[in-house]
Amino acid sequence: MRLLNRSAGRISRHRRGPVAGLAVLLLGLLLTGGIYTVLAPAQAQKAQSDTELVEEGRKLFLVGCASCHGQNGEGISTIREGNEKGPSLVGVGAAAVDFQVETGRMPLAQPGSQAPRKAPTYSDEEVASMAAYVASLAPGPAVPSEQDYSIDGLSEDEREEAIVRGGQIFLTNCTACHNFNGSGGAMPRGGYAPSLKGVESKHIYEALLTGPQAMPNFSNGNLSPDEKRDVIAYLRSIEDTPNYGGFGMGGLGPVSEGLFAWVLGIGGLVGFAVWIAAHTTRTTKQPIEEGAEA
Amino acid sequence: MTDSHDTQHDHVPAVVAEPIANPGIPAHTWRPTDVDERLSKRAERQVAGFFGLSMVCAVLFVVAYFTLEIGDNFDTFIGLGASTVALGLALGGALLFIGIGIIQWARKLMSDHEISELRHPAGSPAEDREATLEALNLGIEESGIGRRPLVRNSLLGAMGMMGLPAVVLLRDLGPTNAQVANAENGTGLQHTIWKKGMRVVRDVVGTPIKASELEIGDLVNAAPEAQFPTEENGYPEIEGVELQVLKAKGAIIVVKMEPEEIKPVEGRENWTVDGVICYSKICTHVGCPISLYERTTHHVLCPCHQSTFDLADGAKVIFGPAHRPLPQLPLAVDEEGYLIAQADFDEPVGASYWEREKQ
Repeated sequence: MRLLNRSAGRISRHRRGPVAGLAVLLLGLLLTGGIYTVLAPAQAQKAQSDTELVEEGRKLFLVGCASCHGQNGEGISTIREGNEKGPSLVGVGAAAVDFQVETGRMPLAQPGSQAPRKAPTYSDEEVASMAAYVASLAPGPAVPSEQDYSIDGLSEDEREEAIVRGGQIFLTNCTACHNFNGSGGAMPRGGYAPSLKGVESKHIYEALLTGPQAMPNFSNGNLSPDEKRDVIAYLRSIEDTPNYGGFGMGGLGPVSEGLFAWVLGIGGLVGFAVWIAAHTTRTTKQPIEEGAEA
Repeated sequence: MTDSHDTQHDHVPAVVAEPIANPGIPAHTWRPTDVDERLSKRAERQVAGFFGLSMVCAVLFVVAYFTLEIGDNFDTFIGLGASTVALGLALGGALLFIGIGIIQWARKLMSDHEISELRHPAGSPAEDREATLEALNLGIEESGIGRRPLVRNSLLGAMGMMGLPAVVLLRDLGPTNAQVANAENGTGLQHTIWKKGMRVVRDVVGTPIKASELEIGDLVNAAPEAQFPTEENGYPEIEGVELQVLKAKGAIIVVKMEPEEIKPVEGRENWTVDGVICYSKICTHVGCPISLYERTTHHVLCPCHQSTFDLADGAKVIFGPAHRPLPQLPLAVDEEGYLIAQADFDEPVGASYWEREKQ
């Protein structure tokens, strides 16, 4: 008992000492600094290198993009008036670069009516540096952040409201080209509106902002950021919703349904007709009528 | 004459009753089920088995009908509505197995002896036809319809006049265009709800559009503000058929392009606001709403019959069956910078109609 008391008293006397306080302070500073350098090296590096990022992006741009978009992103015209080898990228913003390069549409593999989606050529860091370079040419839409296109922060009621409103906006503004179900559709002269199934929310938001290729813009003065978010929420919701009525057949409307009816429906009927009219197995034996009578 | 008759006889062979001997029906061969009692019993069990499966399916239908959840929180089965799938499969199976059973029965167990059936002429016998004609002629003769043209013609006249009440009643099915046409209310085929000073608002949400906030390449599916009445804007509440008519005629598309890309149309020089241009959304062919717009070519395409309009060139028809350009709505901005209409369309929107050209 006495021993305990004495030791307790000793500790408390040490704690109050001026040297101990300094030691704790030093230790704390060392720990915070150490943990910070261990856990956040990228951020620390980024702060010093915004210009470096742009410079790195410019180098990548000169190698991979400048042959069509010009050495300063000013675009290159063809001999035929009104046509471009590559459009000007001045003012398209980081969002356009992020969309085109991350979905693999750029760099273009070959000229054609439309740049198809393919596996991306550049890594995320390279895309970020190229986006920083193009954004440095002139102000344009920035890459949206997650809270711009996610409804996770909303309450349950607000989410449902957002999905319903997004559906109405989608049916008014988007279905003309992208189909009532977001399955995509054909466009004039070999073009097509791509399917929206499985496209990242960020890329849909960027496409709305920047209007890639023949697609019109839905800038913030046209559809507000919240309305764009609602459209994406609706698209996400129809991806998750099971098909109550049975197989959707790609949600392509009468084309796939008609194909199904003609090939499987009529094909099945033909199969049954063949079965009904087919020869049955025959035997050389005779029924033993006399035997039965006898 | 007799001579030629004779020569013909020489060349044409006499008609033979049976040019080729009738080979008759080939000898009947038997099916295994005909000769083997065991096999026929087995086939019998198969047929009964199919009918039994049909019964099982019918019971499953009833079970699925009462157990599977429908409505907002429906049961799912491999990503499909379980109720729809189960009901469809069960009812389809119930019908299909009856059919399969019957075919199996016919193929394995029903008698399949070949028979020959002679073909008979399709017409009625000659005496029946003569009797009918006689009765008909007697009727014509006795009624005197041939001899008394006054009776016949007045009967035809009376039957013709029976069409008049029908025509008058059909006309009552709806008001004529001339009766309802009113530029002030925007009724009738040649007027819409648009009028001087009405704001252009976004469809669905009903918010006004600032001309300065639109960017090159923007496409706005827009509507007249009167479609979204609030206490603030003071437009009267409308609903039902009137609202549908308003929507059907008032729908517009607003696009923004480089001002120098717009080819000026005579008399419409001040109808745009800094490259923002507005057309009716209703196709001039048969009235489908169109907004399939390509910003690169400024073409808008109608999905119904592929009519294509060039919005940079007065919405001229460049492809397809449409006959006239889309009507253009003259735009202006109000003091707050929001897009407004300068006036109603200067021509009827949508498809052609009878009196369109003679106003």
